Amino acid sequence: MQLRINGEVKEFAALATVAELVQALELVGKRVAVELNGEIVPRSQHGLAALADGDELEIVVAVGGG
Amino acid sequence: MQDQLVIAGKAYNSRLLVGTGKYRDFEQTAQALDASGCDIVTVAIRRVNLGQNAGEPNLLDFLPQNRYTLLPNTAGCYSAEDAIRTLRLARELLDDHRLVKLEVLGDSGNLFPNVKETLKAAEVLVAEGFDVMVYTSDDPIIARELEQIGCCAIMPLASLIGSGMGILNPWNLKLIIEQSSVPVLVDAGVGTASDAAIAMELGCDGVLMNTAIAAAGNPVLMAHAMKLAVEAGRAAYCAERMPKRFYSAVPSSPSEGVISSRKP
Repeated sequence: MQLRINGEVKEFAALATVAELVQALELVGKRVAVELNGEIVPRSQHGLAALADGDELEIVVAVGGG
Repeated sequence: MQDQLVIAGKAYNSRLLVGTGKYRDFEQTAQALDASGCDIVTVAIRRVNLGQNAGEPNLLDFLPQNRYTLLPNTAGCYSAEDAIRTLRLARELLDDHRLVKLEVLGDSGNLFPNVKETLKAAEVLVAEGFDVMVYTSDDPIIARELEQIGCCAIMPLASLIGSGMGILNPWNLKLIIEQSSVPVLVDAGVGTASDAAIAMELGCDGVLMNTAIAAAGNPVLMAHAMKLAVEAGRAAYCAERMPKRFYSAVPSSPSEGVISSRKP
């Protein structure tokens, strides 16, 4: 399946949920926030949020800034 | 007597707010924050690097959350929409965190704020329950509108972001300070300790800075200098300085009993 993550198109084997994507990206346990097609997916919902081919995601972290 | 800074109902001991960008590494960031004595630290929200090594250190691991209040910003956003999206993500990232710094930029060269987009974003964010500390120009009319929208702190620039040019228009800052009933903090433009002291002597409730510390030759020492400057400026403001007497010198020592009989 194809997902557009942070503006980049990426190819994945079938992923059912946001939680599976977080695992595939080796971000488990990291402080990240996920937006799926413009809607925030709360951490508690990662295992329930279903992914479909062509979905657009933003995954962000906190970095240094003023 | 405690002289605390109260923002959105929460009291802070330090009136110096510090950014976490542009340090050599996270260790230096942590040391500078410690030396500054700050309670509130800003962070930016950025796309995670995909495919980077899993062991890469994370800024949040260097910022004990029981010590610092994080202030996620919208640096780099040029529209209300992007700023709102960024802060919704920040709220999720930081576990329903409400205190945020809104800045919507209008020009990538001078980083001046786009006040129209800032006003738009502030309305939406306040309605969504965010406590919005807002970066803005030093225009008192815009500052008043932002306060009326419900922003919990007004943060006018003293000069351009990252410029270190100091307090360019103390007169406008004073107008904003006098009209505001929420805290007013200088955000951007401070270059060295005297700038921070001047801001506080004007009556600012606090100062937010990043580059002045991070780009100093010795950031940790400069952080310490800024702590002292903000404290000194605040104390001087509270102490109420003497009036300036232009062209009118007044001796501190007695005029009578001088051994010379000669008068000029």
